[in-house]
Amino acid sequence: MALPRRRRVALALVATTLTLGTIAAGCGDDNSSSSSSGSGLSGSIAGAGASSQAAAQEAWIAGFQTNNPDATVSYDPIGSGGGREQFTSGGTVFGGTDAHLKDEELTKAQDICGGPDNLLELPVYVSPIAVAYNLDGVTDLKLSPDTLAKIMTRKITKWNDAAIAADNPDATLPDQAIVTVARSDESGTTENFQEYLAAVAPSVWTDEVTGDWPIKGGETAQGTSGVVAAIKAGSGTIGYADASQVAGLGVAQVKVGSEYVGPTAEAAAKILEASPETDDPGQYVFTFNLERDTTASGTYPIVLVSYEMACTQYDSADTAKLVQGYMNYLISPEGQQTAASAAGSAPISDALRAKLQPAVDAIGQ
Amino acid sequence: MSTAEPSDKIALTGGSRRDRMRRMGDQVFSGLALGSGVLILVALSGVALFLLIQGWPALTADPSQIPGGDGFVNYVAPLAFGTILSSAIAVLVGIPMAIAVSLFIVFYAPKRIAQTLGAFVDLLAAIPSIVYGLWGVAVLGPAMVGLQGWLEGHLGFLPFFKGPVTTTGRTMFTAGLVLGVMILPIVSAVTREVFSQTPRKLIEGALALGATRWEMIRMTVLPFGRSAIVGASMLGLGRALGETMAVALILSISGDVTFNLISAGNPSTIAANIALKFPESSGLAVDVLIASGLALFAITLVVNMAARSVIARAERGAR
Repeated sequence: MALPRRRRVALALVATTLTLGTIAAGCGDDNSSSSSSGSGLSGSIAGAGASSQAAAQEAWIAGFQTNNPDATVSYDPIGSGGGREQFTSGGTVFGGTDAHLKDEELTKAQDICGGPDNLLELPVYVSPIAVAYNLDGVTDLKLSPDTLAKIMTRKITKWNDAAIAADNPDATLPDQAIVTVARSDESGTTENFQEYLAAVAPSVWTDEVTGDWPIKGGETAQGTSGVVAAIKAGSGTIGYADASQVAGLGVAQVKVGSEYVGPTAEAAAKILEASPETDDPGQYVFTFNLERDTTASGTYPIVLVSYEMACTQYDSADTAKLVQGYMNYLISPEGQQTAASAAGSAPISDALRAKLQPAVDAIGQ
Repeated sequence: MSTAEPSDKIALTGGSRRDRMRRMGDQVFSGLALGSGVLILVALSGVALFLLIQGWPALTADPSQIPGGDGFVNYVAPLAFGTILSSAIAVLVGIPMAIAVSLFIVFYAPKRIAQTLGAFVDLLAAIPSIVYGLWGVAVLGPAMVGLQGWLEGHLGFLPFFKGPVTTTGRTMFTAGLVLGVMILPIVSAVTREVFSQTPRKLIEGALALGATRWEMIRMTVLPFGRSAIVGASMLGLGRALGETMAVALILSISGDVTFNLISAGNPSTIAANIALKFPESSGLAVDVLIASGLALFAITLVVNMAARSVIARAERGAR
């Protein structure tokens, strides 16, 4: 963790060199076409990036390597920032990031891939973020955007506040202090949650949206597990965490349009259908401006979308083939289902898959 | 060189070839010792240089570019405050306890118990800091909720216990206590060693004059071990200043500079902040974190130098 970043990149370079070496050695005895035998791929590739994808990547790697016993894929969940840095400096062949590439990093990524149209950014991991709480006697909390924003900014400090009561006419709310729990480390989860609050309650959430939690005085804890543990340990607590990790806690439904929606996989996946794509810097970049303030029925707007970065061209055809195989698996119904059961993510829709497929097909062509 | 003397004497009795071997051994050893000494200096200046070079962009950057938007000094000041505050609690709690433990082991406990107890205290040093962190979050924090509530109720007029108390116990107070336990074995190991070296004649003299055991300790052992106590405290303080994982896990960080030790809004520490922010940082944010490491390095250096001058003055005063 304390390694300087140059060093990390150097290590990654060494790892990649070894990797490429392995692939080269693998195809040395068979010059004709490739090292693949039958439908199985072989060789090894390394990626790094967003820790939000860590559980999904583990499941994907296990699933992919079962299908292709001779292939080795590794993913280092060092964080989005580190993932972008390693990918744009050529240290890894693919990378994961919670925020899409911008500015200087985008230029560098396009350079390393050999042009704007050679860069891939695929939304492969869509994860609902739950608003979880621990309050005795209240099992079915409903919150409108303004109320949630006021709670999280500590403007509403008691559970029996009139605003909460208005959203929950049937609940008996205790006269207890609200303890908000946020992430103490910088994270994509925090950034997405803030993005939601800023979009739906701009008059309440006035801070700049970042991966840091800016509100002073509330409780904070390290990582998703830390937040969940703190919500569980305290009483009258409320916080945000990956929906897959909040078992045993109360989960609030948030108001979208005129109805209240919970963080189900189905409702989370709908946000990509309700959102426009960004002005793409290349034909294979599929990034979205998430429409957090959507009113579309049955859509859950507090989601984290994590992207996979890759190139269409690699120095070695075998690397390209392997990356293509892996990306193909990631967007396949099987891969998406694997992540859903391992990490609680929301599988992407068939319509989105149809859009992503040409990009994956273009790798190595 | 004084190391040559013993081998000269041996030369009178031993063979000349053996003598030459010994001389070569001396030279190799002295070379190795010199090399190690130089290596430490090289490593130290290398670290300082690395921090300076990599952190330079943050030090010279436009203030609005720094996270928080108010420049590097405003960014690092609350962190430095949190670092010093948590370490101060650790020192206040850990050092008296460590000295008491040492005195008990050396002067009060029966010999067999003393040895076992000493081994157990040393064992505390072998526990990884992340385990201390987990213990603090899962056990000590929840257990402290009651005490912190009591402190707020009865000592709430002090700025330290103003509250409101948290319901999770993950406060600066808890973090300081855990740090205190973490520095205890280091301080205890050093002071125990020195206390047991107190000249026998001083101890016996004091006892012969009719001093009780506590008076004997106060008049002979503590003055004799004074510089060692200061030195050991500095070692402990050094560990508390740099402790990362335990603080990152335990502390609920969402405050600025505050002396309030029992609420949820605590300032972060430099080391914990680096650990928490590094994974998701890129570009200038990384440089800022490295520059904050430089600030921690400077704080540690200043503390160490201050301690050295304190020891030097104490020794001059004793003479």
